[in-house]
Amino acid sequence: MKFIGDFLTPQGLATVAFFLVVGLTLLGALIAVAARNIFHNVLGLALSLMGVAGLFLYLNSAFVALMEILIYVGAICIAICFAIMLSEPLYLPRPPRKPLKILGAVAGAGAVLAFLAQLLKKTQWTPAAERSPDWSIATLGHYLLTKYVLIFEVVSLLLLVAMLGAIVTARGGRGSS
Amino acid sequence: MLVFNQLETYLYLALVLFALGLYGVLARRSLIAILISVELILNAASINFMAFNRFLAPHPAVGQIITLFIMAVAAAEAAIALSIIVAVYRKLKTINVEEATELRG
Repeated sequence: MKFIGDFLTPQGLATVAFFLVVGLTLLGALIAVAARNIFHNVLGLALSLMGVAGLFLYLNSAFVALMEILIYVGAICIAICFAIMLSEPLYLPRPPRKPLKILGAVAGAGAVLAFLAQLLKKTQWTPAAERSPDWSIATLGHYLLTKYVLIFEVVSLLLLVAMLGAIVTARGGRGSS
Repeated sequence: MLVFNQLETYLYLALVLFALGLYGVLARRSLIAILISVELILNAASINFMAFNRFLAPHPAVGQIITLFIMAVAAAEAAIALSIIVAVYRKLKTINVEEATELRG
């Protein structure tokens, strides 16, 4: 009974919800890299990105969480769906997996994982001496248009160029080529 | 100390996400699957930035702004990569990286 009582505090519920979000993220990422059907991969990616948005909520930023859902789940996943529909049909037989390649990839990724985990364990993180408590979106917008205005403009130019480049590269469909 | 109020939790989580993405880039053969794995890696970087922003940074706006820039660049990258994938499919009738090897000497 005490066990259940522990869960019914606000902290306990928040912890349970946190583990749900973490599970969503990892499950989605596993589906995204391991499933054979490319469409399942995209759905797994969307699930994982929803989980990441939940993590951003826990990291105190509802704005970035909303942007994550809007840009990643709403735009990038849908764009990938379109690319899947415009490229290889799903009913074609897929070549079998090569165990050696899978093994090599697991070894490579595992080595990086082990190395970075060791590094993480050894490092001592020290917070900045003076930390501002100002989490408002107004400050965010203010920063975007004063201190980081150059990067902001360059990113908007990059998006424009990427959009035009995507149109030019993907052109030449039915009739024109 | 609650588990979601510790920097290490988020760093380990981002590390696992990064390793999964790296595995996908190395093991998958479809160009679209590789792009999906790259998105996972970018998200791991975003989580790192947001976690450092939450627990260490002097001003909490900076990490959020960097994360927004990562998202914008990822969107541009995805648009370009997807259009290239569509063009490659139209040209070579495959998006398998082991078959699309026109540049091999």
